[in-house]
Amino acid sequence: MLTELRKSLIASIWFAFLTFPIMVIKVNSIEKTIQWRWMNVVYVMVGIFFLSMAFRFLLKQKEMRAGKEESGTEIKLSPIHQLINHPTYRVVFGAALLLFAVVYPFVFSTYQINIMTTALMYVVLGLGLNIVVGLAGLLDLGYVAFYAVGAYSYALLNHHFGLGFWAVLPIGGVLAAIFGILLGIPVLRLRGDYLAIVTLGFGEIIRLVLENWGEFSKGPSGISNIPRPGLFGIELSLNDAITYTYYLMVIFVVVTIFFVNRLQDSRLGRAWIALREDEIACQAMGIDKMKTKLIAFSLGAFWAGIIGVMFAAKTTFINPASFTFLESAMILSIVVLGGMGSIVGVILGALILILLPEYLRELSEYRMLAFGAALVAMMVFRPQGLISNVRRTYSINKDE
Amino acid sequence: MLRLENVSSGYGNILALKGISLDINAGEIITLIGANGAGKSTTLMTISGVVKTRTGKIFFKDREIQKAEPDDIVKSGLCQVPEGRHIFPMLTVQENLDMGAFLRNDKAEIKKDLDYVYSLFPILAQRRNQDGGTLSGGEQQMLALSRALMARPEVLLLDEPSMGLAPLIIKQIFEIIKQINKDNNTTIFLVEQNANQALQIADRAYVIENGKITLSGQASDLLTNEEVQKAYLGI
Ligand SMILES: Nc1ncnc2c1ncn2[C@@H]1O[C@H](COP(=O)(O)OP(=O)(O)O)[C@@H](O)[C@H]1O
Ligand SMILES: [Mg+2]
Repeated sequence: MLTELRKSLIASIWFAFLTFPIMVIKVNSIEKTIQWRWMNVVYVMVGIFFLSMAFRFLLKQKEMRAGKEESGTEIKLSPIHQLINHPTYRVVFGAALLLFAVVYPFVFSTYQINIMTTALMYVVLGLGLNIVVGLAGLLDLGYVAFYAVGAYSYALLNHHFGLGFWAVLPIGGVLAAIFGILLGIPVLRLRGDYLAIVTLGFGEIIRLVLENWGEFSKGPSGISNIPRPGLFGIELSLNDAITYTYYLMVIFVVVTIFFVNRLQDSRLGRAWIALREDEIACQAMGIDKMKTKLIAFSLGAFWAGIIGVMFAAKTTFINPASFTFLESAMILSIVVLGGMGSIVGVILGALILILLPEYLRELSEYRMLAFGAALVAMMVFRPQGLISNVRRTYSINKDE
Repeated sequence: MLRLENVSSGYGNILALKGISLDINAGEIITLIGANGAGKSTTLMTISGVVKTRTGKIFFKDREIQKAEPDDIVKSGLCQVPEGRHIFPMLTVQENLDMGAFLRNDKAEIKKDLDYVYSLFPILAQRRNQDGGTLSGGEQQMLALSRALMARPEVLLLDEPSMGLAPLIIKQIFEIIKQINKDNNTTIFLVEQNANQALQIADRAYVIENGKITLSGQASDLLTNEEVQKAYLGI
């Protein structure tokens, strides 16, 4: 106990020291004076001290739990897993969620509907990236590029040719998928870290092109006056349009869940999982490595493209600033936080990561800090994600 | 059935196979023996199309396959059990076997083959819902072998199935290899360092040294050959 206290104390002193320049010194550039905010040192130290203590306490509990699990033979499922694995409960649970989604706009304000629409977009983005990262095991850090392709497809096709939302929706998806294939052919030969770095680079390249190729994309000033989704040519008031967009997103989410669920159990889904586990074995089984990876990559891109179109239609204005690496990191966080490969996990992850900062507006400057902390904490305490992907359970049979 | 004509292949600047020729007839058990690093695994990988042939030709059922893609070669009826087993550790035994039948669509026949491999290895039937990674080494080898059988290959390429296993298990596995050959008339190309066991079940054998075939003949003759005895049998 005493050593723990000491370690936490040391950690807090270190943090106070490290954060000194940003937390304590404040330069007032107008009056050219420096403010020393000494109280902040105390805050940082106290805060870190308690955080460190809490961290150690949780870590210890986790160890104790692990010890217990080893001694017991049966693996106990969490309540959520019991819920989603039970056939009738699952239907009831799904129906309740759907009902909630349907009545949501009648209960909450337009502002809330808007936030929820955004969150649902991230649900779909997360599910799309989940195909690439969670199922096929390809670490894609440039996912936002495909999102941008979709968004700009709509904005530009509408601007130049007057194409409507519904016409561009499939085009945006297909264009993004084609980009996925074009990028995938050279890049998917790489593995792990290398793939991550190259996709990250690609994401940035797309953004830089959009920013600098003025005559094509209108550069940093972006494209405005993008029409909202159409409803058989009916003129909608702003509020109705927002509600309509919300319902569209609910439908998208349901369709995506259906597809991803089917994919997971398909031959293709099994090939992805196998490829993630052992490439040599896959080749021995006659699985076309490149083709299988490319399909994952382009399917993921397709979904990003679709949501890109949706995003452009929802915000009616896009510029390259919406497609930074931060966005890719956000979507990846959703997948990792939720639990790679798990549909319910990704949905939960998206709702938490998107809705929470909205409700903690004051904190939003420290959002990235909270992100980092949350992800590190996740890796330590629940490396399998909030809801791990339990495909099946078994009990170890003792030899008769 | 399977014929290699003067095949060379390798990795980067390294030439691992320096013009080897082999001839394998339908229904035979052929073994390729050699020391560590002689080029045995490379031979199998080259046949499977994973390592590209540089010069020479490979014929499978009278079709040139040295330029074909690995999945295409598996489709045509040639399946490899790679060295070190390479089962899918996070998939169950059953799912591993399903992966073996990845390219097939004939559900009824797949079911038949599944029953067949479970009859060969009853222990796998007992463990069918257990993750592959939790099996013992011997069971993993059995699984790898069974998974390859699920592709219903005409030629089965086995890369050191005895590696790292206890003598009793090795014996059992070799017995079953023989049985597979007898039951289905599956042609077997067995690569081994464990020359003694391999020569006992094989019809004919080749010896590879430094990427070249140095000796070939009836397995029974090689067993009594003095050079082979000295170099590979430790007699
Ligand atoms: N992936 C690889 N990259 C480079 N060289 C390799 C590779 N695999 C094998 N080799 C080399 O090729 C030669 C033959 O190896 P291998 O076929 O694995 O031998 P064996 O299976 O008979 O032990 C060895 O010299 C080995 O170092
Ligand atoms: Mg080898």
